[in-house]
Amino acid sequence: MIVKGGIVYDPANGLYGEEMDLFIDQGRMVEQAKGEEIDARGLLVMPGGVDAHSHIAGKKVNTGRIMRPDDARQGTEPRTAVCRPSTGYTVPNCYAMGYRYARMGYTTAFEAATPILEARHTHEELEEIPIIDKGALTLFGSNWQVMECVRDKDLSKLAAYVAWGLRAARGYGVKIVNPGGGEAWGFGANVKGINDPVPNFDVTPAEIIMGLAQANEMLNLPHSIHLHFNNVGKPGNYTTALETLDLLKDIKPSRMRQIVHVAHMQFSAYGGTSWRDFESKAPVIADYFNCHNHATMDMGQLLFGSATTMTADAPLEYGNARLTHNKWSNHDIELEESSGVVPMVYFRKMLVNAVQWAVGLELALLVKDPWKVLMTTDHPNGSPFVNYPEVVTLLMSKSKRDAEMATLHEQVPKRTVLGGIERELDWTDIAIMTRAAPARILGLEDKGHLGPGADGDVSIYNLRPEEVDTSQDHALVKKALANAKYTIKGGVLVSKEGRILAAPPGRTFWVDAAVPQADTDRLMIDLEEKFAKYYSIQIANYAVQDAYLPHAKVIRAGLPVPLQEVA
Amino acid sequence: MIKDAVCSFCGCLCDDINVEVEGGMVKRVRHACRLGSSKIMGHGRIESPMIRKEGKLAAASFQEAYDRAAQILLAAAKPLLYGWASTSCEAAKKGILLAEEVGGVLDSTATVCHGPSVIGIEEKGLPGATLGQVKNRADTIVFWGCNPAEAHPRHSLRYSSNSCGRFTPQGREGRKIIVVDVRETRTAKNADKFVRIAPGSDYEVISALRMLVAGKGDVVPEDVGGVSKADLADIAATLKAARFGAVFFGLGITHSRGRYKNIDNALSLVAELNSHTKFVIMPMRGHYNVGGIGQVLAWSSGYPMSVDFTRGGPYFNPGETAACDLLARRDVDAALIIAADAVSNFPRATAEALADIPVIQIDPYENPTTQLSEVVIPCAVVGVEAEGTAYRMDGLALRLRKLVDSILPSDEEILVGILESVHKQRLLRANEEA
Repeated sequence: MIVKGGIVYDPANGLYGEEMDLFIDQGRMVEQAKGEEIDARGLLVMPGGVDAHSHIAGKKVNTGRIMRPDDARQGTEPRTAVCRPSTGYTVPNCYAMGYRYARMGYTTAFEAATPILEARHTHEELEEIPIIDKGALTLFGSNWQVMECVRDKDLSKLAAYVAWGLRAARGYGVKIVNPGGGEAWGFGANVKGINDPVPNFDVTPAEIIMGLAQANEMLNLPHSIHLHFNNVGKPGNYTTALETLDLLKDIKPSRMRQIVHVAHMQFSAYGGTSWRDFESKAPVIADYFNCHNHATMDMGQLLFGSATTMTADAPLEYGNARLTHNKWSNHDIELEESSGVVPMVYFRKMLVNAVQWAVGLELALLVKDPWKVLMTTDHPNGSPFVNYPEVVTLLMSKSKRDAEMATLHEQVPKRTVLGGIERELDWTDIAIMTRAAPARILGLEDKGHLGPGADGDVSIYNLRPEEVDTSQDHALVKKALANAKYTIKGGVLVSKEGRILAAPPGRTFWVDAAVPQADTDRLMIDLEEKFAKYYSIQIANYAVQDAYLPHAKVIRAGLPVPLQEVA
Repeated sequence: MIKDAVCSFCGCLCDDINVEVEGGMVKRVRHACRLGSSKIMGHGRIESPMIRKEGKLAAASFQEAYDRAAQILLAAAKPLLYGWASTSCEAAKKGILLAEEVGGVLDSTATVCHGPSVIGIEEKGLPGATLGQVKNRADTIVFWGCNPAEAHPRHSLRYSSNSCGRFTPQGREGRKIIVVDVRETRTAKNADKFVRIAPGSDYEVISALRMLVAGKGDVVPEDVGGVSKADLADIAATLKAARFGAVFFGLGITHSRGRYKNIDNALSLVAELNSHTKFVIMPMRGHYNVGGIGQVLAWSSGYPMSVDFTRGGPYFNPGETAACDLLARRDVDAALIIAADAVSNFPRATAEALADIPVIQIDPYENPTTQLSEVVIPCAVVGVEAEGTAYRMDGLALRLRKLVDSILPSDEEILVGILESVHKQRLLRANEEA
């Protein structure tokens, strides 16, 4: 396949809007190839989009669907010769997820939070999502075995457990959500800060985070720890964010990447002492990211309208439910986690929501290096992913931001600095924040760029970057981004102007990390006891079987394991 | 000896079953309850596919049965594909595909079981947990309108009243057990407190408890559903004093007067109790994978039951698209009944409606539905003779194993056979028309 004459933005390879032909053969980018020609003359061409943080599969997503038939009705599209039927807006069915990402030019999305115990369910849903490649991050932040290893300061056993857990869950990386809080919620409590001890376990969130970060680097995992801070969503929580980030600044990375990726930073950049004096602290957070190089973030942008909040931060969801008097689902997972789901509507005239909207944009605009900030909405917490074009245009157009600001609660200019930010992102910034950076942050070497050997994932938009004024013509840009002119996934033309042409299955990435057998042996003594006494299933039935990943892509990592020791 | 097999009988999905296999036959089952053991040991099976000819079921080949089934589904304007509670998620996936393909309505046995619970959850959400969380933490457990001692025999020992865990080392001794029911069941005999309520008064009793929990006891009358106010106040105090409480509920509340409103009210009570302490609630799902069909249907169509695919896009409206409603209105003109016995469990008028339309049955066992079926296709038993996925009553997915071989195809294979025949017959018809 040849993509002819596009204006190519491939920042990972130093291409910032160059007119050139691209070649794909056997699903990969190559130097030369023959075959079908795609006419992209003068059009915007980027690598396929990569979403590094989205809730697309598993128990909590399905709970969202089950409790929200009202949402399912919003997105009904009938079956076609190629497509299964679609439903839903904030919690689309599996098929809609694949089609809608592909229509926008996205070809990869990672599920952000899966407990090991329920990973089988996650993979059942991931496998049903067509077209896109995917993976799932595995939850470790309130896990009994993790907390006991941290308490005992047994880092090698902790690393062995992380490797074992990733293998059992067929997981891609280490996710930490409100560390310790999931355990405290087992008895209806929470932890209030990083030094607040976790009841019954004699560890603090700070110790859990440090332990898992060290184990993550010891295992040389492709992705860093992926952290949802303590106190997410609360006024004044920016101090927790800064304290946590500072903890991690001296850890040595095992790869050329960050030490910590902060999930949905927007929800942790708040000042004030209550909802009354709630304000943006995005400038302080952005300043920290500008002065340090060990952390990256995704925006977690909030948009006005319908959302479904879902997170392993169960106490937060209970708070959401009490605040909004909305329906509430909670799900505690024995020995591992807790979680919750609450539907939400964000209003532009509600001061707190309007400030939240501004905070996400401020973060992306005030952090100078686009490689440190990913464009996300924490789908479907801030807004469903189909609204990414809205976020991109807000970042590219000051006039659009000003027009939006004029419709918000009148206090917003006093509580935020957004109105004074002149910066407008360009296509290079956007290509980094939606392609190159998420791939690099996740450690996906063949994603997010178009160099030889990369996956043949290309998106072509009906926009002429050399002509369109993104600052003024934002409506045009938004329309073009919503439905790519062409989306190519693994060398297959899957979508054209919003119409799905093919729906091949995507692959699922997971990380198999090697550890010394002696550490695993020590670990298994603990685990066998836990299964005998505390888990409600047998250890033999715990790990996800290969039958659930018929399109698996295994990434090897781990310690350099020595030759078998002589007994 | 096969260790740690998963029992495919009830929603407990006990996964510690040891099975001795000899000469391709199950010889002995250990750890399972009588219900599970009887299923795994095996009993009376349909041996061959059958097609009704001149009023009588006569043996046929599998291909003939698939073709006849496909013919019936294709000829129907609105076929019902019903059951799915006692088969694998893999079969459910093929069933949904078939429903899309022929434009039918797919519903599960939840409709005559925990369907009202699903509607309650749509109203209020479900504050729940995995069963191990209850085992490790719960010091107060309420069984409301359910009787696990007889319906889920190992529930109490593995997961609830009599289980031991990290924060519950004393097991039964350290727990308070409350049973609410209209009669004194065997479960009630294991309770610290049995509360007998008048039939159909669940809603009122829950409302009274909500008032008492909220400190608004002054509005509660002296007697509610046959329970004294003092008794209710005592229960409310026990619930609030729990460190971790759990409510398990069954068909006694989902199908008594009030139906989904009872569940809505119970979910509200549990949500409110969380302002005082930690509380969770869970439906006692009956058939081993009735939870699974709900999960698969939700991620495939957006809705967990009663999904109408006749319009192209999935449509859900309980009361309109549920199996019993459709049959009572005689709004479906064919039915595929799989892994369920509709005739024994449906209200009489709806069962009678089934007798007037062509029925395809897929099941390992003969049952009253067989008697009025046009096509009968026997299948391997999932969890004994076929692998597959099932979801426990708490939503946990487990992989069921194959313990012995069978000459019979699995439900999944049968559905694929029917799907292929549907495609073949469509193509044939298209060619004829051309």
